[in-house]
Amino acid sequence: MFDLVSFIPRAVMQGVPLLYGCVGEIYTEKSGNLNLGIPGIMYVGAIGGVTGAFLYEEHAAEMNGLLAVLIPLLSCILASLLMGLIYCFLTVTLRANQNVTGLALTTFGVGVGNFFGGSLVKLSNSDVPSIALSTTSKFFKTSLPFADKFGAIGKVFLSYGFLVYLSLAIAFFSAWLLKKTRVGLHLRSVGENPATADAVGINVIKYKYIATCAGSVIAGLGGLYYIMDYANGVWSNNGFGDRGWLAIALVIFTVWNPASAVPASLLFGGLYILNLFLPTGAHMAVKELYKMIPYVVTLAVLVIVSMKKKRENDPPASLGQSYFREDR
Amino acid sequence: MQHKEPLFHIVRRPLLPWYRAALIRLLSIVISLIICGLLTTMLTGLDPVKVYKTIIVGAVGTKRKVWTTLQNTAMLLCASLAVTPAFMMKFWNVGAEGQILMGCLATAACMLKLGNLPPTILYPVMAVTSIAAGAVWAAIPAIFKSRWKTNETLSTLMLNYIATQLVAYYVVLWENPKGSGAVGVINADNHEGWFPSLLGQKYLLNILIVIAVCIFLTIYLRTTKHGYELSVVGESERTARYLGIKVPSVIIRTAALSGALCGLAGLLLVAGTNHTITTTLAGGRGFTAVMVSWMSKFNTAAMLLTSFLLVFLERGAGEIATVFELNTSFSDILTGIILFFIIGSEFFISYRIVPRTKHSSKEAK
Repeated sequence: MFDLVSFIPRAVMQGVPLLYGCVGEIYTEKSGNLNLGIPGIMYVGAIGGVTGAFLYEEHAAEMNGLLAVLIPLLSCILASLLMGLIYCFLTVTLRANQNVTGLALTTFGVGVGNFFGGSLVKLSNSDVPSIALSTTSKFFKTSLPFADKFGAIGKVFLSYGFLVYLSLAIAFFSAWLLKKTRVGLHLRSVGENPATADAVGINVIKYKYIATCAGSVIAGLGGLYYIMDYANGVWSNNGFGDRGWLAIALVIFTVWNPASAVPASLLFGGLYILNLFLPTGAHMAVKELYKMIPYVVTLAVLVIVSMKKKRENDPPASLGQSYFREDR
Repeated sequence: MQHKEPLFHIVRRPLLPWYRAALIRLLSIVISLIICGLLTTMLTGLDPVKVYKTIIVGAVGTKRKVWTTLQNTAMLLCASLAVTPAFMMKFWNVGAEGQILMGCLATAACMLKLGNLPPTILYPVMAVTSIAAGAVWAAIPAIFKSRWKTNETLSTLMLNYIATQLVAYYVVLWENPKGSGAVGVINADNHEGWFPSLLGQKYLLNILIVIAVCIFLTIYLRTTKHGYELSVVGESERTARYLGIKVPSVIIRTAALSGALCGLAGLLLVAGTNHTITTTLAGGRGFTAVMVSWMSKFNTAAMLLTSFLLVFLERGAGEIATVFELNTSFSDILTGIILFFIIGSEFFISYRIVPRTKHSSKEAK
């Protein structure tokens, strides 16, 4: 029998990093930047948070709950913001190719994550064997105190740490911001046709910078959630895996709508762990084939979306191109 | 005009002579190397001179290290050459990783299952299957792209992970000894399917094959009709159609060529280098290759230099990491920094910054 009550919370926990990454990339793409650096940014966000928490745990005699959350949160935001700035500087100011810059950013970011994750203990001359931030993680995982009282419903809806609810809030807020506000309209016009946006007096460069950096920060939070909540504060190299790439692919699936990113990332979170719930029979090798499911489904979705050829499903028209005012 | 004028403005340059462009690139590499050195000093406390010394010793310190560096350069170059025809056509093949793995998988399967065939048959069979496996893996997204304009960046990316899981599946099936979770060295006792050593150097054959590929691809891209067609498709699909070029078949053909060369890289990795198969055998080369190819502006000689530079640093950074018991991902950070600088330097090749002068408003007219 398929155990839904234990499946859903795990799917949610897998889906949240995807949701952060996906919403972050939607902002970025709406401004006309295709940021393939998201996987790297998520690593950097995670290691930024880990570094902050690690130093705090090392130096604080007594942990203050609020600081234990705020320090990693701020260091994560700062680290992912820096990555966003590198990307913007290269692609917007220096007009470099976005695909290449993004891939370089991912190489760099994953390297930064694994390097500091593997060497932080040595670099800070600490005497702990490895990074295990269980105390900080406990603060991040604090769920509503009355969640247990509601049985299965409590487990499915209320048993998560605050970053889960924050991700939902950001997704719905972003949907509103992009669709209903002037700022959203301006941002979309920058992504569709920067020359026209420029002509009506919208500061294209500013919008591109802010949207891309905001997107990076949101994506970085996904990394923070993964390490602090999902992984219980234990860093393992390459542990975050390829979720960043799935998040980018999800953007097409959601047709650039942050609100539909919520069910989409839940679905893919479910697909990601489906292999744990499917029967394998005598052959353990089949499990490896089950792990293929999210990628096969993503590929199928990509093909189906492209087959439909609806105008609403089109990416922002200037996606992937740098804007140079004098170049017309 | 009383409007405030920006401090400087940016003007597109006419095409720079090659030596000035090369100088700008060289300068950016030098600056990035200085920054890499400073960063290493900050992290390890080692004095900068010693940092560079350690890097050089790590990359070419002994005869064995020289050969390993050359071998790694050849593999990265092979992957970079492989993705080049696709990029010239503006087909963003970021799936080289998966295509290499499929080549590895096909080679390993031949070595395991057909190892008792006579070598004269075994080697051609290995070559054909691995090349075909890579070609098919690249042709799939190309068919989607030519038929429905499916975004190839993402579809090739997903195929990477599908290939990885496929390899993971076969690793479990073929694991040896049972329960080890790894395939181990294939045909360790009789070396069936292993590339022979030439002149006592086990990597020499790999390197020679990659040089041959390099020459072949240079000729293919520069002088053949195929090379011409794919560059027209890359510049403008409409022009290509107007010229009577069959765009879909050019896309599929070129992507398949790209995948075929990746498959060849897989063959070299399994039969010529590692003699085993793991999910990480491609080792991120597929991604680095994308950047090498693009930064070299599709020039095969520049690709050779860039690959060598990156591998040299990777091996050197690896040495630093070993000496200081740091994580080996240190090399990825240095690679990233160098890439940022080379990517950024392109701007100064294509554009010029003109500072504000008193008469600039007059000049503008």
